[in-house]
Amino acid sequence: MSGFDIEAIRADFPALHQEVRGKKLIYLDSAATALKPKAVIEAVAQVYQRDCGNIHRAVHLPSQRATKSYENTRKQVQAFLGAAKSSEIIFTSGTTQSINMVAQCYGRPRLGAGDKVLITGLEHHSNIVPWQMVCEQTGAELIVAHIDDNGDVPLERIEEHLKAGGVRIVAFAHVSNALGTVLPAKEICAMAKSHDAISVIDGAQAVPHMAPNVADLGCDFYAFSGHKLYAPTGTGVLYGRFEVLNAMAPYQGGGDMIRSVTFEKTTYADLPNRLEAGTPNIAGVIGMGAALSYLETLDWAAVTKHEEELFQYADESLRAISGLRRIGTAAHSMGALSFFLDCAHPHDIGTIVDTEGVALRTGHHCAQPVMKAFGVPATARASLAFYNNRADVDALVASVRTVQEMFS
Amino acid sequence: MNSDLRELYQEVILDHAKAPRNFRFPEGANREAQGDNPLCGDNLTVKLIMDGDTIVDIGFQGSGCAISQAAASTMTEMVKGMKLDAVNEIFENYHAVVMGEGEINEDLLGKLAVFAGVAEFPMRVKCATLAWHTMQHAIANDGEVVTTE
Repeated sequence: MSGFDIEAIRADFPALHQEVRGKKLIYLDSAATALKPKAVIEAVAQVYQRDCGNIHRAVHLPSQRATKSYENTRKQVQAFLGAAKSSEIIFTSGTTQSINMVAQCYGRPRLGAGDKVLITGLEHHSNIVPWQMVCEQTGAELIVAHIDDNGDVPLERIEEHLKAGGVRIVAFAHVSNALGTVLPAKEICAMAKSHDAISVIDGAQAVPHMAPNVADLGCDFYAFSGHKLYAPTGTGVLYGRFEVLNAMAPYQGGGDMIRSVTFEKTTYADLPNRLEAGTPNIAGVIGMGAALSYLETLDWAAVTKHEEELFQYADESLRAISGLRRIGTAAHSMGALSFFLDCAHPHDIGTIVDTEGVALRTGHHCAQPVMKAFGVPATARASLAFYNNRADVDALVASVRTVQEMFS
Repeated sequence: MNSDLRELYQEVILDHAKAPRNFRFPEGANREAQGDNPLCGDNLTVKLIMDGDTIVDIGFQGSGCAISQAAASTMTEMVKGMKLDAVNEIFENYHAVVMGEGEINEDLLGKLAVFAGVAEFPMRVKCATLAWHTMQHAIANDGEVVTTE
């Protein structure tokens, strides 16, 4: 498709075309989970209706079809991420599992007292807690490059920590889920590398808006979730540069990850199977393949332009509301717009706009340290995807005014 | 405006949320407890003066949404001077009503009947009950932080 036909795109997402509480649904919570295009829903249905066989096993046709589609998705993800080999792509249940795998299988055998794991102040809990756990297990120390007043992480704060020495792993969000801040991932990876630390990127909030190129970024690991990439829940990816991924211990033992098993000794399969024990989310992964195929049909230069214009429009529209405070105002932001009203608690905002059909996220967004940095218990967050339009933003603004009227 | 919403955010609730009553700790309090709702970040502390089984004075402080603040405010107004048996009887009916599992006993609930609208919003039940659970822990004085999770 050349150019950007928003109505044609909206027609591809069935969930957009419904009423909630008697009002047209305005979906502004894609950062929590993205809606799915028809193509994804149909691909999943086809697995269960026709290609319902387990993968990598049987010689019968349904199994062969499922295996082919599953492995084809791996190649699609490889292309999407610009990875050198398809064996660098591991399917997981989501970003959370991907990061836990790196912490436990790469970090745990290598970290010890005196070592440090560096994260930033804007991380989602899933890029904090796995590192805290591995630090407790190994005696390593978790250190934080804190955010500034705009919700940005100044590069010099990261560099200071690296220069102090001992940092073995640098883990950071490509895009912040709570604030929308985009971190300069390429620069951070280069800094980490020059200090002999490996880099782990939480790409959960980046991939819905761009195809990251892991070779260009120079990262060692890149994690994301399928369900934020317009694909089914329960799917995710861990990309690992072959040398580091191949050095990782298996995450789980079981079927599909072995070469041979006796009671005395088991030899493990090669990548990627070694890190994918058990029957995976076959239909989900095949659905992810359908999502990537769908995204390939879009003109991404036009999508990016639409998203940037819409983000700016939403930002300006929200800022124009008196009594509203935008939180997270880094120069480079995308996707999420957090805000706070003087007159109403975010939880009340969420309930009231919901009755207008507007789906927002309210709460701490699994990023309590971010909330603490801004001195608020919670925020309301609108998040955008390419299927949103200006009418969605206008509906949000109108519903926020309803909240203000009620609490004035 | 949506009628369920009007039912939830009644004048009494908005009034108590904007100007909570007993938003202070009674001097000489001999019971206290802290309550958190980790999902939405609400937190409050309830302190009481108990004399035998009578609540002589009660107050609270904390932050949260309109429903949780109004629930705490109306609760303190209601239970001050009451005996525990009566308080428990009120809470039993209040809890059933906000859960959508029981009829309002107007004689018992009085002003608290305005919280009946919460039943239409299951995600907000915790907001309406946090203060009550926290008060119960304070009375039991078991020192635990109450959490709605």
